[in-house]
Amino acid sequence: MAQEIVEVPITGKIINVNVKPGDQVQEGDVICILESMKMENPILAPVDGTIGEVGVSTEQVVKPGETIAVIEF
Amino acid sequence: MFGLFETGFTSFYWGNGVMLAVGATFLYLGIAKKMEPLLLVPIGFGVILINLPLGGLMECIVQGKVVEAYAIGGEPAGLISRIFRYGLVWEMVPALIFLGLGAMTDFSPVIANPKTLILGAGAQFGVYFAFFMALLLGAAFPDLSIGFGEAASIGIIGGADGPTTIYLTNRLAPHLIGATAVAAYTYMAMVPIIQPPIIKALTTKEERAIYMKPQLRPVSRLEKTLFPVIGAIIIILLVPKSAPLIGMFMMGNLLKESGVTDRLADTAANAFINILTILLGISVGAFMSAGVFLEPESLLVFGLGIAAFAVSTFSGVTLAKFMNLFLKEKINPMIGAAGVSAVPMASRVVQKMGQEANPRNFLLMHAMGPNVAGVIGTATAAGIFLGMLG
Repeated sequence: MAQEIVEVPITGKIINVNVKPGDQVQEGDVICILESMKMENPILAPVDGTIGEVGVSTEQVVKPGETIAVIEF
Repeated sequence: MFGLFETGFTSFYWGNGVMLAVGATFLYLGIAKKMEPLLLVPIGFGVILINLPLGGLMECIVQGKVVEAYAIGGEPAGLISRIFRYGLVWEMVPALIFLGLGAMTDFSPVIANPKTLILGAGAQFGVYFAFFMALLLGAAFPDLSIGFGEAASIGIIGGADGPTTIYLTNRLAPHLIGATAVAAYTYMAMVPIIQPPIIKALTTKEERAIYMKPQLRPVSRLEKTLFPVIGAIIIILLVPKSAPLIGMFMMGNLLKESGVTDRLADTAANAFINILTILLGISVGAFMSAGVFLEPESLLVFGLGIAAFAVSTFSGVTLAKFMNLFLKEKINPMIGAAGVSAVPMASRVVQKMGQEANPRNFLLMHAMGPNVAGVIGTATAAGIFLGMLG
């Protein structure tokens, strides 16, 4: 099964995680909300698939490159 | 003896009623719709206050007589006329707001990708377009009294920068300060409405979906510290009249990036800029009395102001598309629209549209490059106008 790794794009804080392992997602669904530069930025699923793992939690401060979620498709 | 003739009702006329509605609209937009509330709320309330007659808030003394409205050569005698004279006419407030803005700005996206400076400059084209359009209209309709100063003050609205607009208008066409400032701040707040249709008209879905790797190269503390110093030196040598705005902007940024003046940067970015924003908002609002604002010139300001804005968006996106003809690694042309220096609204618009076109894309930091470069571009444009016309 192919995997798509969704990574943190910019330094910030995760203020909401919208998925858990096993959830079905479609392209464009919101995986989490990343707060950065006083803006709330939704991180979107790039593909249709199933959430294999979630690497972040609410209130976690994250840096670019860290894994947010793995989507299996 | 207190009577009807000592109340404001006797001097209240339909124009005041119109302006009270305008002020109420600004309050609604700021409070209910959360559009630029830090500006629209004090401006809106200032509009209401100044249109309640006989309040004396903008009184001036001219040749020994008290006049209700602000008089450029007079001695301020009212609460807000004093704030206006010693804050804005003396050019303190807009320049010091720029110090606070500099302390809030992160130039890393510009330093990591210097091409974005070009996009910030390109998006200033709307400023010059509106300048020449205003001059043409002034020549065609002499009753409008549009000279070079008025045209420059209208044009600078296209830079989408409130303090710069106020600073320039105060120097070149102070009677237009209410209209230009309100136009600039209103259009800045409406960036999420104004820009997307223009961006969509200029780009294909494939262009909007162009992927840009989210992470820019790391920028060192040394680079971030040197940028404001070297930037100020170069820009001010090239455009000396930009010294107050660019000088304060870069000083604020240096306070932030030096790493040894965090207390000063924190004050500049928070309490200091908040105090100045309150004073600025009230003063600008108070310049919108019915007698001053309800003139054909104001409608011209609003009409040309939005044209300036639209053309700036157009020129930014078009320049980005032109640059792509020569770039191996294409840029998403939407980031050109962020050269309109409404920080960070324009970046947010690009980020949102980028994700809609391609959920993989995260264009925010790429858009912040032209966005903050645009602030430099607009302040420099103001300096050029002042050098030519001031």
